[in-house]
Amino acid sequence: MTSPSDSLLAATFDERVDGFFAPISDVITTVVFFAVPLDFIDEGVELPIIVVWLVIAGLFFTIYLRGFQFRAFRHAIQLIRGRYDDPRDAGEVTHFQALATAVSGTVGLGNIAGVGVAITLGGPGATFWMIVAGLLGMCTKGVECTLGVKYRNVYPDGRVSGGPMYYLTKGLKEKSPRLGTFGKVLAVLFCIFTLGGAVGGGNMFQANQAFSQAQSVTGGADGPLGGGAAGAVFGLVLAVLVGAVIIGGIRSIARVTDKLVPFMAVFYVVACLTVLFSNAGQIPEAFASIVTEAFSPEAGYGGLVGVLIQGFRRAAFSNEAGLGSAAIAHSAVKTEHPATEGHVAVLEPFIDTVVICTMTALAIVITGTYLDDASDAGVQTTSAAFETVVSWFPVVLAIAVVLFAYSTMLAWSYYGLKAATYLFGESMLVDRTWKLVFCLFVVIGASSTLDAVIGFSDSMIFLMSLPNIIGLYILARVVKREINGYRDRVENGEILPVADRS
Amino acid sequence: MPDSILVGLDGSESSGRAADAAADAARRHHLRLVVACVVPWSPYSFTTAEENERRPVEKEQEATAARERVLDPVVTRLSQAGDLAIEGVVRHGHPAETLVRLAREHDAAWITVGRTGQSRVRTLLFGSTPSSLIQLSPIPVLVVP
Repeated sequence: MTSPSDSLLAATFDERVDGFFAPISDVITTVVFFAVPLDFIDEGVELPIIVVWLVIAGLFFTIYLRGFQFRAFRHAIQLIRGRYDDPRDAGEVTHFQALATAVSGTVGLGNIAGVGVAITLGGPGATFWMIVAGLLGMCTKGVECTLGVKYRNVYPDGRVSGGPMYYLTKGLKEKSPRLGTFGKVLAVLFCIFTLGGAVGGGNMFQANQAFSQAQSVTGGADGPLGGGAAGAVFGLVLAVLVGAVIIGGIRSIARVTDKLVPFMAVFYVVACLTVLFSNAGQIPEAFASIVTEAFSPEAGYGGLVGVLIQGFRRAAFSNEAGLGSAAIAHSAVKTEHPATEGHVAVLEPFIDTVVICTMTALAIVITGTYLDDASDAGVQTTSAAFETVVSWFPVVLAIAVVLFAYSTMLAWSYYGLKAATYLFGESMLVDRTWKLVFCLFVVIGASSTLDAVIGFSDSMIFLMSLPNIIGLYILARVVKREINGYRDRVENGEILPVADRS
Repeated sequence: MPDSILVGLDGSESSGRAADAAADAARRHHLRLVVACVVPWSPYSFTTAEENERRPVEKEQEATAARERVLDPVVTRLSQAGDLAIEGVVRHGHPAETLVRLAREHDAAWITVGRTGQSRVRTLLFGSTPSSLIQLSPIPVLVVP
């Protein structure tokens, strides 16, 4: 039983967190999403520079490496299937495992909530640009991960880890000694932004949306999770579960989620397909509207540029291409050729954006839930789409959301840890402090309202792309040499599948 | 002509008896004895980023543990007589598949394993190394109770 004064107190707690956060988030968001107003196209259309930054990187590398992401596909599948794995390396991290780890970190709320936001704000046409951004992002990921493996770090005790901080320092120094200091500055910046991104998009956004979905399937504001402090309590439970794994080292929980996440991902795709097939007649129409509205959207979506920005922005948030996080996740793979992981990494945005995001988008477009103002833009747009077909799907979606959110949080706590230990050194103090702060932000994230959280988490995650992509441009020639050299050796038979080796 | 007998060890009592039986046969037929311990591992399991980072270290630890706790005691015991050529191998992988691959590499006449002492329910649910070995192996398999 809660007395009125209790719930009043509780209500003010959530509101206080929110009130504290909203102004900070506003400032950061305005800076990061500095946008050029394009009023000559349509009233209110703005072009955020950061989105242009990511897309140009994708375009540049796609042209520079002559469509590497499309050429890499076949070989990537062979690598995943272990065709090139030396049997003596059994017991080490395989290409499949590196990819699976990275995918479970990226497949998260960006795929469910982000797509809902994109289509609500940008119309069906946003889907088209999301797919285009996904295809470009594949190339950026391949570049990042090649570098991640090439310049990874082997600790004295044998552990292996890598990421932009290492290729920014080692890679730039190798390129020219004069770039050494610059590389260090970039690496430090990258790590600072990663800490922000880890508590933002990798944590608060996830906790927030998980709570929002849990609340809505349990009866909304009148249900058991409708009370004032419910957000904080939900966040506390989630924080304890995250803490149990990352601080308590209770591996069994992580192992259970590791097994559930792929299962849920498959289930999620099946649920989307169910929605599609029960509306099979409308599929051609939905496709048509996705393509035509990509170029000439209906009024209210900000014209071509407005739609394009929504699609690109949400795709980037979902697949993280260009942010550098993937380079951390992929680096532990056992390989002698950095380019192999570059090949495998192109599959990550493909699975994340081209397959899963597109599925979500089709379900939303076909059922038309994006037009409904009753549900908030986000998970609930997707949830409403699912509900039109099977009434209990939102419950399954809620479970999927919580699991995806959880696995993404675990992944980002690791990225954050790597950034923290790079900045402050390897020590138990740094390790524990970071993990405690991370858990604290789970609670804050769950109790904040969507706008404040989305703004903040977006902006911090996108900032990571500034130092990272500068580094990618400087090291472009190194990547080209690695990738082309490797492909030449595969083509002329110098590197053979295991089965053909004598 | 095959030149060895392969025996799979998992540290259980029955795998110890399997090693004895294989050693007897090796003496009688003048074959080498290859004792192998396979650390169960799958290239397709799902792992966390932190586990991946530690993987090279843990592989070493697992291999060392297998060698010291499972392999070495048996090799020491069997080589006391001094009339037998014994080789110990540690590998990571699917136990039955890896034993088959080792048998091919060492040109084994047959594979000897101990019967896993697990419950019927477990065997029904997850199978057992001897039974999958019988399905997979191109050469005879001797199962020692």
